[in-house]
Amino acid sequence: MSVRHFGKPVVRNEDRRLLTGEALFVDDVHLDGMLHAAFLRSDHAHARVLEIDVSGARAHEGVAAVFTAEDLGDYWQPGPLLVSPPPIERLEFHQATQVPLARDKIRHVGEPIAVVVARTRYEAEDAVALIDVDLEPLDAVVDVEGALVENAPRIHEHLSSNLAAHVIQEKGDYQAVRDRATLLLSRRFLYDRGVSASMETRGVVADWSAKSGELTVWDTTQAPIPIRNGLAGMLGLSESQVRVIAPFVGGGFGPKIMMFYPEEVLIPWIAMRLGQPVKWIEDRQESFFATTQERGQVHDAEIALDENGRILGVHDVFLHDTGAYDPYGLTVPINSQCTLLGPYRVPNYYSEFRVVFTNKPIVSPVRGAGRQHGVFVMERLLDLAARELGMDCSEIRRRNYLSPDDFPHDHEIIYQDFAPLVYDSGDYLPALDKAAAMIGYDTFITDEQPRLRAEGRHVGVGIVSYVEGTGIGPYEGARVSVERNGRVHVATGVGTQGQGHFTSFAQIVAEQLGVEVEDVEVVTGDTGKFHWGTGTFASRGAVVAGNACRAAAAAVRGKVLKLAAQLLDVAEGDLELTGGAVRLMTDPARTLSFGALAIQANPLRGAVKPGMEPGLEATAYFGPERGSTASGVHAMILEVDPETAMVEIRRYVVVHDCGKVINPTIVEGQILGGVAHGIGNAFYEQLAFDANGQLLNASFMDYLVPTATEVPRVESDHVETPSPFNPLGIKGVGEAGAIPTGALFAQALEDALDLPGLEIVEIPLSPNRLFELIREAGTSSGGKRSRDNVE
Amino acid sequence: MRVDERHSIRVTVNGDAFERSIEPRMLLSDFLRHELELTGTHVGCEHGVCGACTVLLNGQSVRSCLVFAVQTDGEEITTVEGLTPGIGVGGGAGDEPELHPLQAAFRDAHALQCGFCTPGVLLSLIPFLEENPHPNERDIREALSGNLCRCTGYQNIVDAVKLAAERIHR
Repeated sequence: MSVRHFGKPVVRNEDRRLLTGEALFVDDVHLDGMLHAAFLRSDHAHARVLEIDVSGARAHEGVAAVFTAEDLGDYWQPGPLLVSPPPIERLEFHQATQVPLARDKIRHVGEPIAVVVARTRYEAEDAVALIDVDLEPLDAVVDVEGALVENAPRIHEHLSSNLAAHVIQEKGDYQAVRDRATLLLSRRFLYDRGVSASMETRGVVADWSAKSGELTVWDTTQAPIPIRNGLAGMLGLSESQVRVIAPFVGGGFGPKIMMFYPEEVLIPWIAMRLGQPVKWIEDRQESFFATTQERGQVHDAEIALDENGRILGVHDVFLHDTGAYDPYGLTVPINSQCTLLGPYRVPNYYSEFRVVFTNKPIVSPVRGAGRQHGVFVMERLLDLAARELGMDCSEIRRRNYLSPDDFPHDHEIIYQDFAPLVYDSGDYLPALDKAAAMIGYDTFITDEQPRLRAEGRHVGVGIVSYVEGTGIGPYEGARVSVERNGRVHVATGVGTQGQGHFTSFAQIVAEQLGVEVEDVEVVTGDTGKFHWGTGTFASRGAVVAGNACRAAAAAVRGKVLKLAAQLLDVAEGDLELTGGAVRLMTDPARTLSFGALAIQANPLRGAVKPGMEPGLEATAYFGPERGSTASGVHAMILEVDPETAMVEIRRYVVVHDCGKVINPTIVEGQILGGVAHGIGNAFYEQLAFDANGQLLNASFMDYLVPTATEVPRVESDHVETPSPFNPLGIKGVGEAGAIPTGALFAQALEDALDLPGLEIVEIPLSPNRLFELIREAGTSSGGKRSRDNVE
Repeated sequence: MRVDERHSIRVTVNGDAFERSIEPRMLLSDFLRHELELTGTHVGCEHGVCGACTVLLNGQSVRSCLVFAVQTDGEEITTVEGLTPGIGVGGGAGDEPELHPLQAAFRDAHALQCGFCTPGVLLSLIPFLEENPHPNERDIREALSGNLCRCTGYQNIVDAVKLAAERIHR
């Protein structure tokens, strides 16, 4: 019997290269004659471009070229709409996508105006400083609600307002249940922007070889194949003339799936035009403006419950800030709309949103991709309802969970993948019970908290739930081959940004072929090696590409068995694959190594028989009809000092269900990182825009990414409901940790502070903001009542 | 000192002597990465916060984005490539140089994901471990607080440091 690899905590194949500094990142690409690009970016959020004078820059020493929108000629085109609107009735969508360089108008701070290419980055930046731009500043649209008021400055002249989209989805009849509800509770909830803050910023290197007619692009993208296909179209090349490599990428978290960024459009074009390789690496300050962001929404939500705390329905109307352009379509707000329903039975739902343009950087998914907002709204509504009903926060969840018999569960609305929102599987109660037991929920409330309160300490507990649609289509592919040295090669199209694909895909393939994990070499994100696929997003890499790897490896297994059976003159059923060889089960001495088989499978003489293919190689694809639904429960115990509003997380527990686990170490790592990101979003990270749309904290000095002293130890465990939608039974996990943290903070903080007037209805918080909220609650006792709509 | 005036410097990096003529404004991070092509040192913020570019200057951790290369004239520098001498020099599988105990502990404790911050984290923690052979969790977190990591949530890095300390002093 061969060793099992699937489900084992094997160490990662890629770590050695990363630990020794050998791994290639985009900025590590050095090419002979390579030039360096730097961008002039707008200091204004909204302005008319009157004149651009680049003569000083062009004359500067070391400068090879300077380009403005005018110099691009027909190549200047607005970018593509990446995700078209889903098929939802009555849907209204207005497209306005980003441009390579601003031509007549500036629409957000940091929008590129000109690009300088020089011998060194230092010289390129010197020359950028010599460009004279005459801008006429316009009033900026910063606030999402302000975007839709009459006479608001209009961001896109071709549209009649700043409305980008209007979408209504509903099930049942909310108005009807509203009349028979025991409790109606409505609030306004705010969620604001942060950045993904991958440690590696974006970058592009392009090299055009006129002799071979091939363009090679190294790009920090999460989607190398769509970048290749799109670039080929823009540049008038065949796809096969373009090779895009996403080598090691230093964290993605969503914004690196955006396409096409202006720099991605321009650098390859410049390299072809100049006939020299060109590199552009984003600096950290640029990253705060030029890389996409997320999370600005305002929700007006109402929940209707019966006397037992059971949900009768939810009504939610929200505004979503898409920034200056909307190239990513409706993915983020649709995720908010769908994920709000969570693990609960919600018989009646009315959800309406408007997407608005603002003079702020573009919004596209960031780890969680709109799910945070939905979870925050629903979890907060339940917490506040529980408070009104005198019910425990865990109990109200317990009463509303879907039960294991409810699956597949159709929520009767459309999800971001255009398919109906159907949960494939889940079992939420055991996760809640496990998390409650791990954190000692009951004894904390009955024993520990009263004791701590008596000591004058403010310690609270929180427990929240969420689901996450993961592993959506359309498809991914993989090619698996046995090499002549006996090693196994796997190529797949998805890029990798730290998720451990070099190991988890190797585990899946090793399991099929009976080889060691370290003998499986995985290549991801190089279109020269594999050019079918979409990319790494929506917690889908392991699910979709993983199942493609499995299918390709199973096909290779079939070829290995067939050839070995022929050569050994035995039945396939009598053979087993183990230790990189095939052997007869009844006589293990009769064995053929994979290397020997690979050579036999590719003969130099004789004929490959009809119906046979040379080599031990197979390509397979996997396209799930719909995504698989991961879920989880997070719980925390948190202490807050009301004098300083500083918090200390004393315990943090995650119980997660991502179906079958390929590698528990990697899964836990994804969750730990997600929680840290979520903690940043909840309590430390917020982009501060002033009334002119100017970003005031565009550095790591002012924008606070949590460090090792803010992030606590996280205890995690799993429940497992395998997905019936894919053969491996797996679900995605990449975004899970980051999704419910804001809601959890809010509940635990309210519990810790125990102030009657304190309600937390906004994220991110900060020590400053919490201090204000504590003060407001203290000075307006009973103030909560005046804001209530409790009937 | 004029921007375009070039200066000749001699530095020892990972035990090898280099002499280069450079602009005075060139950052040590750019010098290591682009002049010497030691690209294992990564640049995350260029304003001294993230710690990704940390190297050892005469044995002490410094952020190479906050040091001008000309300031290191005559000094000794260690980058991540210097932790495993012989790395990247020919050879196939099987004869790879042995990892530093902290590198090995990072691999065994899954203390890295994308790996971009990792070289800087290693070079912040190696001098720390030398000075604190038996650190507790709080000490480790304090020592690590000058390095940003967006992937791991730090927990496995803390565990890797504990593991390395145990192994070194076993």
